[in-house]
Amino acid sequence: MATAGEIALAAVKRDIRNRWLLSVPALVIIALAAIGPLFVMLLYSFMVKGDYGDVKFGQFSFDGWFNVFFTRDIFDDTLTFADAHLSILWRSISLSLITTVTTLFFGFPTAYFIATRPQHQRDTWLFVVTIPFWTNILIRTFAMQEVLRNEGIINSALRAMHIIDSPIQIMFTNWAVLFGMVYVYLPLMVLPLYASMEKIDFRLVEAGYDLYATRLQVLRRIIIPLVKPGIIAGSILVFIPSLGAYVTPRVLGGGKSMMLGNLIELQFGQGRDWPLGAALSITLMVVVTLALLVYVRNASRGGGGHG
Amino acid sequence: MAIGKAAIEAVGVTKIFQSSGQDSLKALDNVSVRIGENEFFTLLGPSGCGKTTLLRLIAGFDFPTEGQILLYGKDIAPLPPFQRPVNTVFQNYALFPHMTVGQNIAFGLEMQGKPKAQVEARVEQMLRLVQMEELKTRKTSQISGGQQQRVALARALAPEPKVLLLDEPLSALDYKLRKEMQIELKRLQNETGITFIFVTHDQEEALTMSDRIAVMSKGKILQVGSPRDIYDRPAVRFVANFIGETNFLEGKLISSVKGEAKVALDVGETITASLADGVAPSGKVTVVVRPEHATIVDKAKKATLAGKLENIVYFGTDTHYHVKLNGGGEFTVRHQNIQAGRLTFEKGDKVGVLFGAGAARVLRD
Amino acid sequence: MAKSFSVRSQPGFVFVALLCFFLLYLPIATLVFYAFNAGVSVAVWEGFSLRWFQSAMNNSEVQEATLRSVFIAVTAAFLSTIAATMAALATTRTPDYPGLTFKYAFINQPLMVPEIVTAVALLIVFSRIKVWTGYSGIGYLLAAHTAFCIPFAYLPIRARLENMDLTLERAAADLYATPWNTFKRVTLPLLWPGILAGFMLAFVISLDDVVITEFVKSGGQETLPTYMLGQLRRVVTPEINAISTVFLAISILFVTIFFFLNRKKV
Repeated sequence: MATAGEIALAAVKRDIRNRWLLSVPALVIIALAAIGPLFVMLLYSFMVKGDYGDVKFGQFSFDGWFNVFFTRDIFDDTLTFADAHLSILWRSISLSLITTVTTLFFGFPTAYFIATRPQHQRDTWLFVVTIPFWTNILIRTFAMQEVLRNEGIINSALRAMHIIDSPIQIMFTNWAVLFGMVYVYLPLMVLPLYASMEKIDFRLVEAGYDLYATRLQVLRRIIIPLVKPGIIAGSILVFIPSLGAYVTPRVLGGGKSMMLGNLIELQFGQGRDWPLGAALSITLMVVVTLALLVYVRNASRGGGGHG
Repeated sequence: MAIGKAAIEAVGVTKIFQSSGQDSLKALDNVSVRIGENEFFTLLGPSGCGKTTLLRLIAGFDFPTEGQILLYGKDIAPLPPFQRPVNTVFQNYALFPHMTVGQNIAFGLEMQGKPKAQVEARVEQMLRLVQMEELKTRKTSQISGGQQQRVALARALAPEPKVLLLDEPLSALDYKLRKEMQIELKRLQNETGITFIFVTHDQEEALTMSDRIAVMSKGKILQVGSPRDIYDRPAVRFVANFIGETNFLEGKLISSVKGEAKVALDVGETITASLADGVAPSGKVTVVVRPEHATIVDKAKKATLAGKLENIVYFGTDTHYHVKLNGGGEFTVRHQNIQAGRLTFEKGDKVGVLFGAGAARVLRD
Repeated sequence: MAKSFSVRSQPGFVFVALLCFFLLYLPIATLVFYAFNAGVSVAVWEGFSLRWFQSAMNNSEVQEATLRSVFIAVTAAFLSTIAATMAALATTRTPDYPGLTFKYAFINQPLMVPEIVTAVALLIVFSRIKVWTGYSGIGYLLAAHTAFCIPFAYLPIRARLENMDLTLERAAADLYATPWNTFKRVTLPLLWPGILAGFMLAFVISLDDVVITEFVKSGGQETLPTYMLGQLRRVVTPEINAISTVFLAISILFVTIFFFLNRKKV
């Protein structure tokens, strides 16, 4: 007859085994069609590029990674930094940062607005904000194109008001990509901000006013720290996808204002340099992971200070 | 105490909860107890004493770290809960929200594979037993707390378990309803003859309903006995304190003979007291006296203790006299306000406290 | 009469918020508006007409792309919801055990890696498999979609599971229900709204996907979003507006249903 201790242990083991069995389908599918391929991609970044795309399978080289950062002049073999790549990387990071800050600037009052509506109204406002979020990114980008084109809303309005005579070229510039990304990612900032804000205990705000704080001070020193988790979550939800943005810069930026995503695609299309594309993708992933770590570290450090 | 055949027996049961890291919690410490057939047995103690843990071990929702749980002599520890003929009434009732009252009651029988006609008949019988016939088709979210309670009872009784476990089932009810349900539960136990194991932290509830009580604290069973035993003859300080009100007096044990002892009180006379089991033959002891077993007497008369009447509190049915003793300490006397025996003391009076030989008891600790 | 001090209001916030709502909807509204344009241009209004809806419906490419999109979305949502339900049951309501955090990160991977990276990785792997096996069918898209739909189906199911009263399943076991019966009669019925929400979320995510589909698809395997992406490069007719409007209508429908499903809390 087994002792009580053994029975308890056996039951726990059985439970853990069952849980592993249940997770198998999900884990297998994701391993095969999401995570596994990432490792294959890593492998490919070390292979020799094929003549018409793809790779010469089994042949290895560091060229892929080399070409991410440097170019070798074909005539005199000198090494220079791969300017085009670096400027695209720079554009991606800076545009993503600006997008994050801009969506924060616009999203904060919006989320605050919803959170301070009377209870029965809030669901409606949330509903209104959520619809663009669920709309296909292509449709939203296309909608933005309609606004920015030479015959689009902005230009037509400005011409109708006689502020300008001929259309301003906005499409295919950095500005177009910026406007597009802010437009596309704004709901992603608002929703986590709102989630944090609806939990605000406004008695704390009242206490602030009671202690002679002005509106701005209350905002800066009471409200903002209280919703810090929301700010961080929203920033991650905006920064990371915009780093890897593909559709928006492609449609609104064309070939002139490429971001990292477009550069990567190029290598699998006209560029015919799969190892380079793989290496660039991994670079993107590393930058994203670093950003995530920085944010997470900030979140835990900031959150632990409150009483 | 002879209890006949043991329905449930715990033998040396210990339960240790290991949380990640070093902390471990010993919820039960070498607990042994025998619960008889057709008994209304109560596990009584403050929260955290282990009573609910013990109940869960009997039900099968957890396994003991050491020891055995026997059902009519058979070790049921290896059995999962759905193989034990033991049913539970949960503290929050745990009624299935997506089923009606009738479907809830039928559930256990359906799981046992009983034929439909038999299930129907039994459901009707149960509804009659708890007087809820008209509510058979109601959703459980649409009935009151007291009604939910009765459905939970009916559901647990329907499959005719050998033992019924009740985990503080009355704690969510208001006072009047709770009193009604206490009578109801007692009646059900008598009628069905099933062993009830009842868990509560309310000592009044335990005293009124139980055949026997086990008082628990910090994972150990301190004393098992009938309500009268527990109340009149507490063995340890915790039990004396937890049940009812008590006065504690320190003294020295002078002699003891066949369950009777002579104790020299620090602040009073030498008295005769009954002895709990296992008290050391001599040395410092604590004596307990229930407030209703003592009387206030005039200071001139002979008394066991003397002091000043500090406070008189009127309770309707009785009056409490709080006496500050000469020599330190306090003593409360409870006097029933019967017509004939009206006391005429006033606050500030110097008084004596008198109690007889049977009123005092020497504690084990 | 002095205006009473509102603790909650901040200067300019209401203005910015309302401006945001306006700016959020203006482009979309314009898009929808011009879907009903009688003229060919996407900028000059020439009267109300449904012609673009008709032409979109009759466009064989659109029909094929739509069918393919729906087929993939239904299949991927179905498969991913089953996998996600099982995974949710495995990873919730349990004290930490070795491998739990790992599983959690694994399941949510698609949310942590940029889509383009996954798309490229899949392109690489699938083209290699194509070289080895010659298979060029819809299986690749189904696998890819199922994979990235799993975390989306997982989240609402997990949320629902965590909010469920643990004692209910205990009560069922106490009443002689085997683990399978407990699942069938108690857990599943109570979990059902969460599963439905997960399915819907997965369906919409799959339907909407552009990047991964664009990279994984073989020639001629257009879905509605990839078709639209292709069209955007060429001459844009209001047909795109019409398709977008229908897409939008479907999204709104799903959001509404989702809201109602989430409102009913047990």
